[in-house]
Amino acid sequence: MTLNRRLFLGTSIAAAGGLAVPMVRAQGKPRVVVVGGGAGGATAARYIAKDSKGAIDVTLIEPSRTYYTCFFSNLYIGGLRDLQSIAHSYGTLASKFGINVVHDWVISVDRDAKTVSLASGGSLPYDRLILSPGIDFIEDSVPGWSVESQNAMPHAYKGGSQTELLKAQIEAMPQGGTFAMIAPPNPYRCPPGPYERVSMIAHKLKAENPTAKILILDPKEAFSKQALFVEGWQTHYPGMIERIGPDFGGGNVSVNPEEMTVDIDGDVQKVDVCNVIPAQKAGQIAEAAGLTDGNWAPVNPTDLSSSMDENIHVLGDAAAQGAMPKSGFAANSQAKVCANAVGGALTGSTVFPARFSNTCWSLIDTDDGVKVGASYEAGESEIVAIDSFISQTNETAEVREETYEESVGWYQAITEDMFGKA
Amino acid sequence: MPSRPIYLTLLTGTLLAGPVGAQGGDGQALYRECIACHQIGPDSENSVGPHLNDLIGRLAAGVEGYPYSKAMSAAGAAGMVWTKDTLDAFLTNPMDMLPHTSMGYRGMPDPQDRATLIAFLATGPDDATAEATFNVAPEILALQGDLAYGEYLSGDCTACHARGTDDGIPSISGLSRDAFVTLMQAYKQGAVTHPVMTMMAGRLSNEEIAALAAYFESVD
Repeated sequence: MTLNRRLFLGTSIAAAGGLAVPMVRAQGKPRVVVVGGGAGGATAARYIAKDSKGAIDVTLIEPSRTYYTCFFSNLYIGGLRDLQSIAHSYGTLASKFGINVVHDWVISVDRDAKTVSLASGGSLPYDRLILSPGIDFIEDSVPGWSVESQNAMPHAYKGGSQTELLKAQIEAMPQGGTFAMIAPPNPYRCPPGPYERVSMIAHKLKAENPTAKILILDPKEAFSKQALFVEGWQTHYPGMIERIGPDFGGGNVSVNPEEMTVDIDGDVQKVDVCNVIPAQKAGQIAEAAGLTDGNWAPVNPTDLSSSMDENIHVLGDAAAQGAMPKSGFAANSQAKVCANAVGGALTGSTVFPARFSNTCWSLIDTDDGVKVGASYEAGESEIVAIDSFISQTNETAEVREETYEESVGWYQAITEDMFGKA
Repeated sequence: MPSRPIYLTLLTGTLLAGPVGAQGGDGQALYRECIACHQIGPDSENSVGPHLNDLIGRLAAGVEGYPYSKAMSAAGAAGMVWTKDTLDAFLTNPMDMLPHTSMGYRGMPDPQDRATLIAFLATGPDDATAEATFNVAPEILALQGDLAYGEYLSGDCTACHARGTDDGIPSISGLSRDAFVTLMQAYKQGAVTHPVMTMMAGRLSNEEIAALAAYFESVD
C-alpha cells in the first residue's frame, strides 16, 4: 500500500468511514484475547486497553508470572546485568490498564466458535484474537538434541531458567575448557543474538577463564553484523573464538548430550559447555490453530491479521510478515499497528496507515555497542523496508559507548512500553 | 510556551555526529553542534535555546523573554557572567557545571576545540559564509498537528524514548512544540545527524512532525 502522506490527514475520516461497520456486541463490550505476554502481546494488550479507554475488554494470557526479556539476557550471561534487571511483572497492566491477566496456557483455538481453551480447563470467547507466541524449536534440527536434553545442553533462547543454567555452566567450566555453540539456520529470533552471546561469554571468560576456547558451529554462510563482530572479537578476544561455517562442516553437526560431544562433519570433539540453538518455528499454538504455512504464520502487512483468519492477528517472531527481523523491537512495533487496526475494527476509532521500525543493539565488550536498524511500511503483500542504517567498523570508542548507552535507554523505554510505567 | 523547560538532551544527535568538518580548528564548523538550537548573527532570535549574540559579557539567563531553567536563572541571579572562562567550564560539560540546566549538551572535551568555538562565539559568523543558524520556515512552524495522529505516530518514538529519564536516550515528553519541530526538522534536513534519528525524521512529512509535536507537548 502506498499512501500519499500529505493527503492522508485529509482523507482519514473518509477512510475510516469506509470500513466495515464496527462490531458492537449486543451483550457488552467487544472482547480481545491476547496470547503471549512478550514484546508483541504485552504491547498489543496495553495499547488496545489504553487507546480504547475501557471500551474494549482485554484479556492477556501468559503462563509466566515473571517475564524475563530475551533482549539483554546476553548481558546477564556476561555479568553486565543482574537477573532482576531483566525481570518484569504484569501487575501494572492489570492495575493501571484494566487488563485481565490470566496466567495459563492456551491449548487450542476454536476458530468457528471464536473461543480459546485453557490448560486449566476453562475457555474464553473473543471477537479478535491476537497470537504472539514467540518461537518453538524444530524437532531433530540438531540430531541428538531434544528438549529433554536441554539441561545438559541448554538453548537459553527463551528467557529465564535456561539463561541462568547456561550462565552457571559457563562459570563451572574447567580452566582452558571449550564452550561450543550450535548456531541456528535462518530465519530465527534475534539475528545478532547468538553472536552477541558469544561476545558476552568471551567477555566473561577473558576475566575468569582466559585460556578457554569458544567454538561456533554455524550452518550459515554469513550472519548479522558479521564485520562488526569479527572486528570486535579480533580486538577484544584475540585467539579465543573460532567459527566453523558450512564450508568446513558447520552445517553438518550432531550432538551427544550424555557424552558432551559434538560431531562436526565426522570429527567428534569433547566440549565442556554446549549451547544448542535449534532451528525455529512459530510458537506451537499458531500451528495448532491452523494458521501456519510451513514454519511460520503468514500475515497481512497492513494490520498483522492472519492470511487464514481475519479475526486473528499474529505478531512478532511467529509471523511471516516480510522484511522485518524477528526481534522484540519489531514485535513491539507490529503490536502498535495491530492495536490501532483492532481498535478501529471493534470501536470505529480512526485507523492510520501501518508503519514500522526496528533497531537491534548488540554489545561486543564493555562500552562497545553496535546497532543496525531499518524503517518499514506495508507493501502489497508483505512488510517492506524503506530505509536502513548500520554501525561502521573502526568507529571511535566514544561513538561505541554512546551506542551502548542508547541501548540502555532503549531497554528502559521498550519495557515500559510493553508493561506500562509502574 | 514550554510546559517543560525544553530539556534539550536531543542533542545526543549532534554529539554522535561529532564536530563535523572541525579539522583545522574552524570555529564555524564546531558551531554546527549548536545550530539546531541556537541562533547567532544578524536577525537572530530565541529559538530552542536563547540567541547567542553579544554572549561574552552577558549575564547568565540574561536574554529577556527566554524561559530559562531554574538552574540557569539562579546562576544569573547570583551574578554569573559569560566570560571565556565560564564558557569554557560550561561547555566542557554543561550538566556538571550547572546540574539541571535545560541545555542537555554533553560537552566538548577537547580544550583547543572549546577555545576555537568560544573565539567564534565572541565574534559571530563571517557574513560571507554565514550558515550558522538553523531556521525552520515559519509556515512549517505554524502547521497545526493532528493530536490523534500524533499519538499513533508516537509509538515509533516510545519504543526508545522513556518518560521522565534521560539515561542514554533523552525523554521527549513535554517538549515544547517549537523545540520538537525545530529539532526534528534539523534531523530531517541534515543540519544534525544521528543514524536512528536521521532515518526516523527522514520518513516523516512536515504534517507528521507537527502531529508528533502536538502530541508530545500534551504529555507529561
